[in-house]
Amino acid sequence: MARFVIRRLLQSAVVLLGVTLVVFLLLQLVPGDPVRVALGTRFDPQTYEALRARAGLDQPLVAQYFDYLRRALTGDLGVSFRSGRPVTAIVLERLPATLSLAVTAVVFAMAIAFPLGIVSAIRSGSLVDHAARVFSQFGVSVPDFWMGIMGILLFSGVLGWLPPSGYVALTEDPGRWASHVALPAATVGLVTASILTRFIRSSMLEVLSEDYVRTAEAKGLRTRVVVLRHVLRNALIPVVTVVAVQLASLLGGVIVIEVLFAWPGIGRLTYDAVAARDYPVLQGAVLLVAALFLLVNLLVDILYARLDPRITVK
Amino acid sequence: MKPVLAVEDLTVTIGTRRGPAHAVAGVDWAVRPGETLALVGESGSGKSMSVLAATGLAPRTARVAGRVHLLGTELTGLGEDRRRQLRGRHIGFVFQDPMTSLNPVLTVGRQVTEAAEEHLGLTRRAARSRAVELLELVGIPSAGQRVDAYPHQFSGGMRQRVVIAMALACEPDLLIADEPTTALDVTTQAQIVELVADLQRRLGTAVVWITHDLGVVAGIADTVAVMYAGRILEQGPVDAVFATPSHPYTGALLAARPDPAAGGAELVTIAGAPPSPLDLPAGCAFWPRCPVRGDARCEHELPPLVPVSAGHQVRTFYPQPSDGERQ
Repeated sequence: MARFVIRRLLQSAVVLLGVTLVVFLLLQLVPGDPVRVALGTRFDPQTYEALRARAGLDQPLVAQYFDYLRRALTGDLGVSFRSGRPVTAIVLERLPATLSLAVTAVVFAMAIAFPLGIVSAIRSGSLVDHAARVFSQFGVSVPDFWMGIMGILLFSGVLGWLPPSGYVALTEDPGRWASHVALPAATVGLVTASILTRFIRSSMLEVLSEDYVRTAEAKGLRTRVVVLRHVLRNALIPVVTVVAVQLASLLGGVIVIEVLFAWPGIGRLTYDAVAARDYPVLQGAVLLVAALFLLVNLLVDILYARLDPRITVK
Repeated sequence: MKPVLAVEDLTVTIGTRRGPAHAVAGVDWAVRPGETLALVGESGSGKSMSVLAATGLAPRTARVAGRVHLLGTELTGLGEDRRRQLRGRHIGFVFQDPMTSLNPVLTVGRQVTEAAEEHLGLTRRAARSRAVELLELVGIPSAGQRVDAYPHQFSGGMRQRVVIAMALACEPDLLIADEPTTALDVTTQAQIVELVADLQRRLGTAVVWITHDLGVVAGIADTVAVMYAGRILEQGPVDAVFATPSHPYTGALLAARPDPAAGGAELVTIAGAPPSPLDLPAGCAFWPRCPVRGDARCEHELPPLVPVSAGHQVRTFYPQPSDGERQ
């Protein structure tokens, strides 16, 4: 197990290296000059050149890249063109907001999708099943920003139950954090729940037709035992991947939702960095998202081995 | 002796897109304590379906009618919950394919004694030692260690032994073996047949053996019922049926057994195919393929099951050999 984790971490490092290279090269293709943007419309050429030299932008590309890499290894991702603050700090201070939104949304989605997907598979063709399918069709096809706006109008505007936007850290005030996270998490979670419900339903249906389920029924086990011990456990294996992919993509920040709800997460940071051509921040954000993605995938592989004894991690 | 399991006038109709399929069209059989009943027939003859329906395991789309008695209790009127308990406690099942009939994510020990935990109230600890005992009983070497292994760590033959151990967990009165050797290689087949026969002798369990292998039937069964298109065409003591097969179909089946002594001779077959369960003929279902083909009655009138000797019944207007030849 330990060897497996170490090997996977090494592999992840190689992938991250690739990510830095791709991001670095892509940014060269983006039109616009960050120094020019930082200086505004009126500036004198000497200041411009000085700033370019300070940021290392007058160096050849290869030198710029290796310089970036060398400093990245020590945790220094450069300084923001815009605010002059270290990128590492900027990116890390956005992490709790995104993390708490993503995790809450996924938990919310699972709380809906598991019961709904399971019941709809067991009672396939029933009213519940049809309702579940309408729900997931709705969730997949309605745009999330529209659902977000409707949520704000209803729960904040009409009912006045929840704040329309903003963020309070969980560590600061859990109660206010919860009231602020509820709407964005529900908006994002509803889409995730729709995708998950479908997936759980079809995975359950597939397992329900397996021979070993008939064996379990032949033993005279209670339906609850058959479903939970025999069907669900097997149906979960592919579902884990889908949950992980959803979680990972939410960790990358839900740009539209974070902007809509004024949620200071990675998505919002990425959006602002693109708008301001703040390359170091953008690089840092992408690198962090890629690292989170790899981490989630590693956890999934470990979880897989725990769920399915046929898979061994060596 | 009272039968362990008996079905009377059992019919199973499965709703399909093209109309109702008559999978079982009125079947009576019974198996007594310690006895082995073989249900023989081609694929789709209704042999498995009649057993699954009798024990409440028919697919949800199936409509089951008729009477089923388990140890004197009429099952038909009982609620699903009570039927489930009786099934788990008194009947053990061995299914066809041991590669798919075990749950891949649970240890074999857990699967073997699950039923005993449910129906006999065994604790997890007691269940574990019972699992080892059962695995030893079916001849799994170093059962003490293997009890915590997963199905994929066993060979096909060993897995079928696990399934048999599982079926015996509650010391059932009846073991239902649904083509338990079909998915195994020949050597393993013989071992499994031997194992079940041996366990039956030691435990006194009744067995319903569903098969299309007449060789197995001759070796282990006491009585045999030959099924075709959802009905029994001939049933009786295995010696009587094999010595004097009275239905033309039974005769043809026995003639179609491959004979190793015949060397390279071509295999005997029965021309044609069984009728579709969507459209069963009014008369004898075997009539289109029958080598005897008595008269117009065969085509239009369903022959009743008539006795030919003690306990030996046949559903034909023309029992073979005819009465004149029998002396």
